[in-house]
Amino acid sequence: MGRARRIGLALLGPALALVVALVISGLVIAAIGENPFAALEVITNLGDTPAAQVQSIVVILNRAVPLFLAGLAVSVAFRMGLFNIGVEGQYRLATILSAAVGAAVNLPAPVHVLFIIVVAMLVGAFWAGIVAVLKVTRGVSEVISSIMLNFVALGLAGYLLTGPLKGSPEGAGIVTTAEIPESGRFPDLTGVLTGLGLEEPRSELFGFLVVAVVVGIAISVLLSRTRFGFDLRATGLSPSAATASGVDTRRMVITTMLISGAVAGLIGLPDLLGSDYEYGTEFTAGLGFLGIAVALLGRNSPIGIALAALLFGVLDRAAPLLQFEDIPASVVTIIQGTIVLAVVVGNEIARRLARRSAERAGAAATGAPPDAGDGGGGGGPDLPGGPDGGQRTYTGVPGQPEGVRP
Amino acid sequence: MRGARIRKAGVRATALVLAGGLALAGCASDDDGGDGGSSGGSGGGGGGGDELKIGLAYDTGGRGDRSFNDSAYAGVQAAIDEHGGEVQEFSPNDGGSDRVEGLATLAEQGYNPVIAVGFAYGDSIGEVAEDFPDTTFAIIDSEVTELGIDNLTGIVFAEEQGSFLAGVAAALKSETQSIGFVGGVESPLIQKFQAGFEAGARAVNPDIAINSQYISPAGDFSGFNDPARGQILAQGMYDGGADIVYHAAGGSGTGVFQAAVAAGQLAIGVDSDQYETVDDPAQKAVIMTSMLKRVDNGVKAFLDDFVAGDIEGGTDVRYDLESEGVGLSESGGQIDDVLTQIGEYRDRIISGEITVPTTP
Repeated sequence: MGRARRIGLALLGPALALVVALVISGLVIAAIGENPFAALEVITNLGDTPAAQVQSIVVILNRAVPLFLAGLAVSVAFRMGLFNIGVEGQYRLATILSAAVGAAVNLPAPVHVLFIIVVAMLVGAFWAGIVAVLKVTRGVSEVISSIMLNFVALGLAGYLLTGPLKGSPEGAGIVTTAEIPESGRFPDLTGVLTGLGLEEPRSELFGFLVVAVVVGIAISVLLSRTRFGFDLRATGLSPSAATASGVDTRRMVITTMLISGAVAGLIGLPDLLGSDYEYGTEFTAGLGFLGIAVALLGRNSPIGIALAALLFGVLDRAAPLLQFEDIPASVVTIIQGTIVLAVVVGNEIARRLARRSAERAGAAATGAPPDAGDGGGGGGPDLPGGPDGGQRTYTGVPGQPEGVRP
Repeated sequence: MRGARIRKAGVRATALVLAGGLALAGCASDDDGGDGGSSGGSGGGGGGGDELKIGLAYDTGGRGDRSFNDSAYAGVQAAIDEHGGEVQEFSPNDGGSDRVEGLATLAEQGYNPVIAVGFAYGDSIGEVAEDFPDTTFAIIDSEVTELGIDNLTGIVFAEEQGSFLAGVAAALKSETQSIGFVGGVESPLIQKFQAGFEAGARAVNPDIAINSQYISPAGDFSGFNDPARGQILAQGMYDGGADIVYHAAGGSGTGVFQAAVAAGQLAIGVDSDQYETVDDPAQKAVIMTSMLKRVDNGVKAFLDDFVAGDIEGGTDVRYDLESEGVGLSESGGQIDDVLTQIGEYRDRIISGEITVPTTP
């Protein structure tokens, strides 16, 4: 029963959250005098012709790829109990610098792309590293410093864009960096779609999808199959216990933030290398903040985050179409917002249910009432039941891990 | 078995909520038939055979900003009143990631012409226009001549000329000889407003103190839709001795007006005649004038041309002081005493005697 039950409980939270969010959004739509089922129909209908359906799938995937990376970046830190709200600033800064560097050099195609990716990861890691260093040396809460650094990053990106890195002609309405040459662009996957016998979509499917999948697998392996991943999760579950068993928490904070930042650096690249080829004033914004929502919804597991990113992609695709049914696009924002709120509540409910069932199992095993002893860890707030059962999702500012302050 | 019971109860509760939602939804859909679509336009099918189906894609903030976007809508509405037809509106999401899809969907659903409101569409409209060669596109605030796409027209305005007159008015009316400028986003477009305003004020008094600030840096659109920060910036200017603040900050402008009310000083509106568009009488009283950017006229003229089949395409149509595409509003009567002087500057700009800078 253990495994199936655990998976069931893991799915229960998000599923419940989705239902609650849909009901609340339905009520909102009804309250403004529109038909909620028409909205649902628009969201789920991918198109009437095969070509339109393929196009819808491409739009969804192209939106989901950066959201997945954003969710992944947030979740790596989350798993250790670090709240990296600075993903927004990390990816914006990484994107503008890698765009400028990518446009300035001329390398053979695969090396050029790789070079841009590495630069973006380094910049993202550096910006997140500031947060980590402040935390371990001065005890500054990463929540505060990463929020603050977002403003610094946006201001810095704005300065760089209008100053030293400006590549667009004087007087142009949109300021951009110089364009990345052909060799630095990521090939698209449209050929794969048509190769599968599908209609050719209007937009190109981002080739960066492949990178995102690879990064997702890498993070998944890192977290669940390595000593580092074990230490990271252990620190997230109980910093004091981890420290007691010999984990160097300070080093863990720095390494984790560097990884989180490096992944964050990738967020802007699907758009940059797949369709825009330059960073400008109109570059897609807000992905870092959406990443927090996606990570929460995906319960910090790479597969969950992929599903959450796809769900957000589906909802975002519907936003223009909803407006055609006289339903404001804000409905999509409401659905996304209520999902995140509901998922926090849903996770808490699922967590309590899991604890109860574990307590009961403990009681059955020892033949004693659950509160008679602390066997099975039933007394503490932390989840018993194996390392994976304890994917704690923080509903607010996580506690300062002990032993981190100097 | 306690857990299982709770879970069952949870499921039951969820089902109940869901059912309630459905029931309510049913009621709502019943009385939906009456209003017939809120954005359907007032033309009401008067067009006959080839009815005008206009696609209107807004800048961030969407309709209801009492400024730029609303002005575009007014132009469309005027065209529908005259020629009949309907309009389908689209507002992009906050990050602006679905602009291309929005434009493409409008074209795909048969809306023609499709008008993109705002320079933010500048880098996406080209590719969409090429994907839909049979649809006529127009973009406001962005020049398209260089792109050379036949089915795309740019509608641009000489904001710096109108802002110059706003600067003249501010300098003539300021008692402290200290004025302010609040820009929404530090982009080349808004810098045109700033450049014109400062040049106009200095033309009257070279020593006037001008405090120019922006709500958000380039690349962060929030400045067009953040009244709270607009209010803080304007507040600081009034506290620093300025008695007139000009805003070019879209939806953030209401914050500037609130600050003006609180400080008992004056403000200058932008795009629409904001004296007419604000609801609050207290705010009406502080709006000295507005720099009119007649987006409505530009849109209306474009649609008139479209109906008449006169769209040239591939070019930019420029609206300036001479064609009355920009100017100052006089409602409220607060600048009546300086109208002659403003008129003189207007004539000198039109005659070419004064060339207004476009960058500060």
